[in-house]
Amino acid sequence: MADIRLEGVGHSYDGGRTWAVKPMTWTWRSSRAYALLGPSGCGKTTLLNIISGLITPTVGRVYFDDRDVTGVPTAGRDIAQVFQFPVLYEEMSVYDNLAFPLRNRKVPKQEVDRRVRQVSHLLGLDQVLGRRSRRLDPGRQQIVSLGRGLVRSQVAAVLLDEPLTVVDPALKWTLRSKLKEIHRDTGHTLIYVTHDQTEALTFADEVVVVKDGEIVQAGEPAELFLSPAHEFVGHFIGSPGMNVVPGEVVSGVVRVGGTDVGRAGGGLPPGPVRIGVRPEFVEIAKAGGFRVFPGLPARVTGVDRMGAYDLVHTEAGGHKVIAKTEAGAPYRPGDGAYLHFPAERTFLFRDEVRCGSLAPMNGRGRA
Amino acid sequence: MTVILDGVSVRSRGEIRLDDVNLELSPGMTTLIGPMTAGKTTLMRVAAGLQTPDSGRVLVNGQDVTGMSVRKRSVAFVYQQFINYPSLTVYENIASPLRLDPRFRRDGVDRRVREVAELMGIAGLLGRRPAELSGGQQQRTAIARALARPVDLLLLDEPLANLDFKLREQLRADLKSMFAGSPGVVLYATSDPAEALMFAAPTVVLGEGRVRHVGDVAGMYARPPTLAVATTLSDPPLNLLPGLVREGRIEVLGRSIPAPGAHATAQEVVLGVRPHQVTIGHGRPGALELPAEIRLAEVTGSATFLHLRLQDGRHLVAHLPGTRQYTPGEPALAYVDPAHVLVFDADGGRLLGTGAAEVGLHG
Repeated sequence: MADIRLEGVGHSYDGGRTWAVKPMTWTWRSSRAYALLGPSGCGKTTLLNIISGLITPTVGRVYFDDRDVTGVPTAGRDIAQVFQFPVLYEEMSVYDNLAFPLRNRKVPKQEVDRRVRQVSHLLGLDQVLGRRSRRLDPGRQQIVSLGRGLVRSQVAAVLLDEPLTVVDPALKWTLRSKLKEIHRDTGHTLIYVTHDQTEALTFADEVVVVKDGEIVQAGEPAELFLSPAHEFVGHFIGSPGMNVVPGEVVSGVVRVGGTDVGRAGGGLPPGPVRIGVRPEFVEIAKAGGFRVFPGLPARVTGVDRMGAYDLVHTEAGGHKVIAKTEAGAPYRPGDGAYLHFPAERTFLFRDEVRCGSLAPMNGRGRA
Repeated sequence: MTVILDGVSVRSRGEIRLDDVNLELSPGMTTLIGPMTAGKTTLMRVAAGLQTPDSGRVLVNGQDVTGMSVRKRSVAFVYQQFINYPSLTVYENIASPLRLDPRFRRDGVDRRVREVAELMGIAGLLGRRPAELSGGQQQRTAIARALARPVDLLLLDEPLANLDFKLREQLRADLKSMFAGSPGVVLYATSDPAEALMFAAPTVVLGEGRVRHVGDVAGMYARPPTLAVATTLSDPPLNLLPGLVREGRIEVLGRSIPAPGAHATAQEVVLGVRPHQVTIGHGRPGALELPAEIRLAEVTGSATFLHLRLQDGRHLVAHLPGTRQYTPGEPALAYVDPAHVLVFDADGGRLLGTGAAEVGLHG
């Protein structure tokens, strides 16, 4: 295991006209579990391929600890990989498939057996070890692929490219937690590429959010959720994503339409601002029933009853705001309501970057 | 417009794909939900006329169309793997089915292409070719083509499954409003409970080639008629605990809670507990207390998924609001309010009662 260091690494597929990965310097620390999260086309798979050696970056150097591996092909990097779809020897048994990466590296027979049984036990494959992998359903085949990626104890890193795409939702839960437990036991460095925020957040020690070939924020899952530094992070993490309401800072007060919603923290100069607040933190009350001022007048446009919770869709001053509430919210389309944005969970953005946070009003605001 | 599947069965390589499926689809949207191997795609292929069932009939407006070629039927199909003509522009991709349709003349084609492109948010991309689009834009193009021509039956087979999570979130909201009030039959297959709940359309639960249940999805979620329906509609998965009914109470892992309904003696039951109904450290008076060991905490920021091992080795997941810190290996007490428990017959999985209301245990 090693720290994987990217120094000024960037990649362009068109000779430098545009950058799939903009030149960046970044270190993946040994033994940590990372999620590389972003929409399709953001450059996350390119970044993964640079680490694995499938792609030589247009600029910059790649180091595994102090070893410069920039020109070293995948085979020379001691990397294990798991892909989106199962990659198996179909005619081989599950056991032989799992043993293959070890036998290939002349691991002693007893050690091979010990590792194969350990991994198969963790992944719940004990019962099918003797079966030909062709005879398993696609979900189970993908679990075997995962096992092949995790079976070697000495690897610089395990790279996983959307490994749970073909797996049933219910099985995803099991596999994700298994993967996390295995990581705790083995201490592999894991880099897990996904566009699914739930996968990223539940799996990783650290989530790296990528947009347009750049890392826009990296941090622990809770930090990204509670304290987004960039509008995109607020939008991409969380389901539904962060509400964004255009407002204005006027003499230190943040105003939406004619309503004061709080003070602008951090001495923000006057001018337009975008207010970001997650649906989880939007407080909603029936018209006239609000105890905390200020409150933003809104109209309910729809309610999604999601079983475990409700999503109350509203419109406030021409802008959509969603409140996530307990199941059974007493709202129907057309109802009037008041919204409150709690200061400690509401942030202000300019040019997509966080520039401050909302502070409570002193006394009553204008409503 | 109605589409009826009447006793449809399909076998393939010795395996049963569809087993005596009886279904009546009305105009507007219907959701078809089931796990990956439930037979959703086979059902849709039979409904479309792409596959002839081994037995049973397909009726459109009362007319038997079982053997009729898909070409002669008014059907559109959207696959999980988006398919577009690579050499045609987005405009021509959408226009192609209209050019063959006498209902659309030259200017009619143009108007309709622009209309659906606007609807799918790709109006600015009409001049591009598929290779110049992102995956999400390609799938929007494929959906737009399927929507362009009014059809009697529109089938969408997990159309959003291969798309980015965020795009999926947005598109499903768009599709919901788009299909509301559709004069044709729209059948939408998914394996994602959140998608089904959000659509709030009449919902068919399919499992192992059989129709498990048909009904209103919110009602089905609140009172799942069988264990199979409950698990299909639960994400994260439903927690299951073994129970035994005795003298008006259900014994669960050495504790007991009141049994809903009239009591049978020594009836084995399965308790279904949704992860968000489990609390940790404290419970309401009368709650079922389960000693456990913490195995893993998954923190998403909005919620924490706590994975626990109960004393009998069983796995239990608690979905807790907010961010909580827990240490694996430490003991914890999990609580389940009897009011939130679903009670199923261990034999057959029929719903016997919920903590809140009762169906009545038989005995």
